[in-house]
Amino acid sequence: MSEPVVRIENLSKAYGIVTALDGISLEVKGGKIFGLLGPNGAGKTTTVKILATLIRPDGGKAEVAGVDVLTDPAKARSLVGYISQELTVDPYLTPLEHLRYYADLYHVPAALRQLRIRDALALVGLAGLEDRRARHLSGGTKKKLDLACGLIHRPPVIILDEPSLGLDVEVRRDVWNHILRLKEEGTTIFLCTNYMDEAERLCDELAIIDHGKIAALGSPAELKGRLKREIVSVEVARGKEASGEWLATLETAAARLSMVRKAVKDGAILKLYVDNNEAALPKILEAAASLKIPLESIAYSRPGLDEVFLHFTGRAFARGGENDG
Amino acid sequence: MAEFFQETNAQFRRWMLHLKREPFTLAFTLLNPIILLIFMGGAFQGLASDSVGGDYRSYLLPGILALTVFGNSIAGGIPLLFERENGFLLRLMSAPISRGSILVSRFLAVNVSTMLQCLLMLVLGLLFGVRIATGVGGVFALLVISLLLGFGVTVISLVLAFRLENHGDFFAVMGITTLPLTFLSSAFVPLDSLPAWMRAVAAVNPMTYAVDAMRSLILTGWDAPRLLLMAIVLIAFDAAMFWLGRRALSRHLA
Ligand SMILES: Nc1ncnc2c1ncn2[C@@H]1O[C@H](COP(=O)(O)OP(=O)(O)O)[C@@H](O)[C@H]1O
Ligand SMILES: [Mg+2]
Repeated sequence: MSEPVVRIENLSKAYGIVTALDGISLEVKGGKIFGLLGPNGAGKTTTVKILATLIRPDGGKAEVAGVDVLTDPAKARSLVGYISQELTVDPYLTPLEHLRYYADLYHVPAALRQLRIRDALALVGLAGLEDRRARHLSGGTKKKLDLACGLIHRPPVIILDEPSLGLDVEVRRDVWNHILRLKEEGTTIFLCTNYMDEAERLCDELAIIDHGKIAALGSPAELKGRLKREIVSVEVARGKEASGEWLATLETAAARLSMVRKAVKDGAILKLYVDNNEAALPKILEAAASLKIPLESIAYSRPGLDEVFLHFTGRAFARGGENDG
Repeated sequence: MAEFFQETNAQFRRWMLHLKREPFTLAFTLLNPIILLIFMGGAFQGLASDSVGGDYRSYLLPGILALTVFGNSIAGGIPLLFERENGFLLRLMSAPISRGSILVSRFLAVNVSTMLQCLLMLVLGLLFGVRIATGVGGVFALLVISLLLGFGVTVISLVLAFRLENHGDFFAVMGITTLPLTFLSSAFVPLDSLPAWMRAVAAVNPMTYAVDAMRSLILTGWDAPRLLLMAIVLIAFDAAMFWLGRRALSRHLA
């Protein structure tokens, strides 16, 4: 349709002997939420710092709203709102003073200032707290203030580096809703995240990044679709003496079935990764019946992004964050 | 130009808010020079009156002013270094501002706060009986001299804020420079009473020229040759620091 709003071409960056980015390329369409999903140290922050003109890459190209961030950084800065991974509020200042500060740094004309400040406060739900010193605000409120500061100049592109890092579940939801509201207003959002659920909930497009390389690109649904596997979860009858034994026996038997790729015990549940659940279900039930193992329940599900990550990078998703939501 | 003013003004206002909202920090930075004036002035009065001729507090006040200016200016970059460490500065740099505005606003904030402190020190001096031979014009001249000394030192501090790794190093540098540089000048004792090697160092220490000029304004009156020498030395010092500072920071603030 339209020109991509963010374009990254073969970007590379090394810190000494550590390769942070190993030639990544991607494009983000206007008005979408694009997610860069990967574990700690994958290269997410390095990527967005290059987009925000804060570090220079060793090689490659990056464009924001048609402006090359390397040749015209000043122009690029005015088109981007960058909300870093760390909280960057000033404990001595009130939210109102923060917004006034950033309004001036982004050269918002005096005539528009009041309006923009009010809009930004309202968008992140900070109305009523505008005169309280930031040191007295909660972590979640500070994050929302950070977000508001990045919106004051109405940039076409917002970069969010792990916006829900360290927030509790309710505040995360709240922050997600504000991000979705921004998208409704037409802003393009580039989001780094360490959380599968966040990526699934928010992102239209995803890039899975690992060791400075893009492992897969596509919408969450596409990525899951490319992974043909489905999961059958079998639970043996609960609370019986032989429950554990049954589970182990069933695991061995199921693993021998041709359509079962992998069998994994997850507590009292046996997770079977199959190619086609419609064909697999009867076979699994048959196996259980012939072994005289009573079942409590059986269910099947499509793979989540956890499985997608495992599939495309060949390793389990190692999470570094503090909470899982 | 209008944009540069808008950015610089916003940052300057933020530093002023810090000053206003950190009253204890402000009080503590003033405490040191006040203690020096009261106790050192009192303790050495008897010992010193022969060698300096007259009231030791009047003699000491310029030294304390210079120490205040130096201490305040050399510490001026610390908030920037903290904000480099906690990410605030990086966030700031993602805004479309001239990198110079970061330095200019901090520079102004440091020197405004130094001027306020110097003014307070002078008022306090007056309360303790110090009389300024050159009157109100002299007070103004004293502040100008403080500013000339503070300029170059603040530039050094801003360079350190961007070139040092962490604030621990910064405090170390401050610790090993402030007092020795003050004692290796005419701040507390007449140059003639120093050993030869200390006199040699003092002769190339800009602080000496600032203190000597201030002292003449307080104790004796307008001394044109001395003031001219001070102006030449301090302006040369400021120009040199400004030039070096630009070079040292051009790469760090691209
Ligand atoms: N300033 C730096 N100096 C040295 N290594 C760094 C620096 N910043 C990041 N790295 C390294 O680069 C890699 C990518 O880091 P980063 O982009 O921060 O990853 P992410 O944001 O995905 O956690 C990591 O191995 C990290 O240790
Ligand atoms: Mg990161």
